[in-house]
Amino acid sequence: MTTVPRADTQHRPSPLNTVLKSRLFQPTLQLIALFGFTLAILTGFFGTPAGSRNFGIVFVWIVWWALLIIVLVPFFGRAWCTVCPIPAPGEWLQRRGIVQRTPGKLRTLGKRFPKRLKNMWLQNFGFLTIATFSAIILTRPNISAGVLLGFIVVAVALSILYDNRVFCRYVCPVGGFIGLYAMMSPLELRVRDCQTCREHGAKDCVVGNEKGYGCPWMVYPGNLTRNTYCGLCFECMKTCPKDNITLRLRPFGSDLFVAKERRLDEAYKAFIMLGCALVYSTVLLGHWGWIKNWANMDSLPHWLIYAVGLWVFNLALIPGLFWVTTWMGRKITRANVPQRDLFVSFAYTLVPLGLAAWIAFSLGFVFVNGSYAISVISDPFGWGWNLFGTANAAWTPFAPQLLNFLQVGILMIGLMVAVNTAYRIARQHHSVHQQAFAAMLPIAGLLTLITGTFLWLYLG
Amino acid sequence: MMRRLLPKRGVLATMFAMLLIAVWFIQLPASAASTAHTLTLDMRQFEFTPGRFEVQQGDTVTILLTASDVVHGFYLDGYGIEQRVEPGISQQISFTADQAGKFRYRCAVSCGTLHPFMIGELVVNTNFPFWRALAMLGVSLIGSLVYLSFGAKQS
Ligand code: SF4
Ligand SMILES: [Cu+2]
Repeated sequence: MTTVPRADTQHRPSPLNTVLKSRLFQPTLQLIALFGFTLAILTGFFGTPAGSRNFGIVFVWIVWWALLIIVLVPFFGRAWCTVCPIPAPGEWLQRRGIVQRTPGKLRTLGKRFPKRLKNMWLQNFGFLTIATFSAIILTRPNISAGVLLGFIVVAVALSILYDNRVFCRYVCPVGGFIGLYAMMSPLELRVRDCQTCREHGAKDCVVGNEKGYGCPWMVYPGNLTRNTYCGLCFECMKTCPKDNITLRLRPFGSDLFVAKERRLDEAYKAFIMLGCALVYSTVLLGHWGWIKNWANMDSLPHWLIYAVGLWVFNLALIPGLFWVTTWMGRKITRANVPQRDLFVSFAYTLVPLGLAAWIAFSLGFVFVNGSYAISVISDPFGWGWNLFGTANAAWTPFAPQLLNFLQVGILMIGLMVAVNTAYRIARQHHSVHQQAFAAMLPIAGLLTLITGTFLWLYLG
Repeated sequence: MMRRLLPKRGVLATMFAMLLIAVWFIQLPASAASTAHTLTLDMRQFEFTPGRFEVQQGDTVTILLTASDVVHGFYLDGYGIEQRVEPGISQQISFTADQAGKFRYRCAVSCGTLHPFMIGELVVNTNFPFWRALAMLGVSLIGSLVYLSFGAKQS
């Protein structure tokens, strides 16, 4: 599992190490982000209702989204969660401080979060709910702002009830898929030496000390094997008296092979994300006007059909197809591995493919609509301002030929990584090469079919 | 002894990667025949009618653009054509479909909530980019499978 070499980025004391250990690091980024976030909410509520002229819509759904899914998640994993302003006010309230480590315990009502909800299911349903309304949220500045404000309100409420970042870990619909796709990133926060942790009774990283707080994500760094639930807040780097925490470079997608952590809720996250990439590519970027109008609630019955279709597609159709495919592989090999185990394990092949699909989809509207950012930055409210002299920049789609080229390339990389992942996962269940190879063939077929569908949507 | 006869995984991977690139850049002859097409394309929130039409490479296309509710615009990817259309006043555009592939036409005048997603498709046949992409899909799949089976035998 950890046979692949890792490159330590933290030669102590390095400049990066000093920055990450500074108590100013995270709050500075969060404050900058909070400024942008507040502007997005204000422009959303008080600016022009024309989405493409509104800072809130353009900077959240084009600029932030593109940055997140094309750059941050694939290369830096959960790095967005370091910066994210949404949980910041609640966290500062819990701590009664922003920068310094305030002494004493977190100020919350100290309630216990229900054990049954300590998984990704809330995030799965939260994401689907937002997806169901996406045509509306993405295009109405005031509704979009309402959703952003709602995120903050829920995050603050939860941080009053419960210790730590319960919102991020179990509720945030964005946090769920960032966690899933962060498994792909070549960057990981881990302990240098597990033995040191085992022998260290005080566990400052869990309980906190005068240098920093106990892990807000409720993770014990000594057990970290994947990026999924580590929010890269770097508190442990500050608290660890043994200097045992580090950031390392590693091969892309290493976390996909950590067998013992695989779970059904995460598998469903992978289905839902892939399913939504297909739905969005069809509804938003396709040429079928009627589906767009249904998604846009032109009438309630139409929208209801669309909503039910979306949920059935994501929760039943895609998982069902996947179930049948793994079952076929199991029949071919006549292996004695429980079907449910194979189903959950193989679902992780959809992580690289799903991420590639989201990048391809996002490029599709970022290339076309990215130029709105230039005019909006000068006139965020659409009130006729011209702060930087760019308010009248025309809408200019960027390089459509290059777009197709990139979309095909990314989907091909996604497919190849996914097939390779399928084989390596199969090897974890079947020690014999021939058996593993046979078991993953139907999966490889399905992955190819899905990739082909994306190609057809974009180029066909 | 057998192992010597099999190419190394790295060599194999490079071969397939080169094949992939070759497939994308391969130049195919354009069809010579040319027909003239004339059609009416209507725009309303938030769709084009027809939402998709196909021509042959080299054909000349004349489109009568109409808008049936509010002001819209017609922008054709790859051809750089842009035309504003007001309700009741139709506009005519013509061009030669000299590039093959799928080109989206989009609304170019902010016309309401779903304006950025008001999209139609012109397909100029033979749609080589799409067929090339499918060929690449095949190469990617077969390449991955061969790579995996060879690798395991060698290790
Ligand atoms: S989990 Fe959600 S709210 Fe928390 S930091 Fe990440 S994106 Fe922000
Ligand atoms: Cu329009």
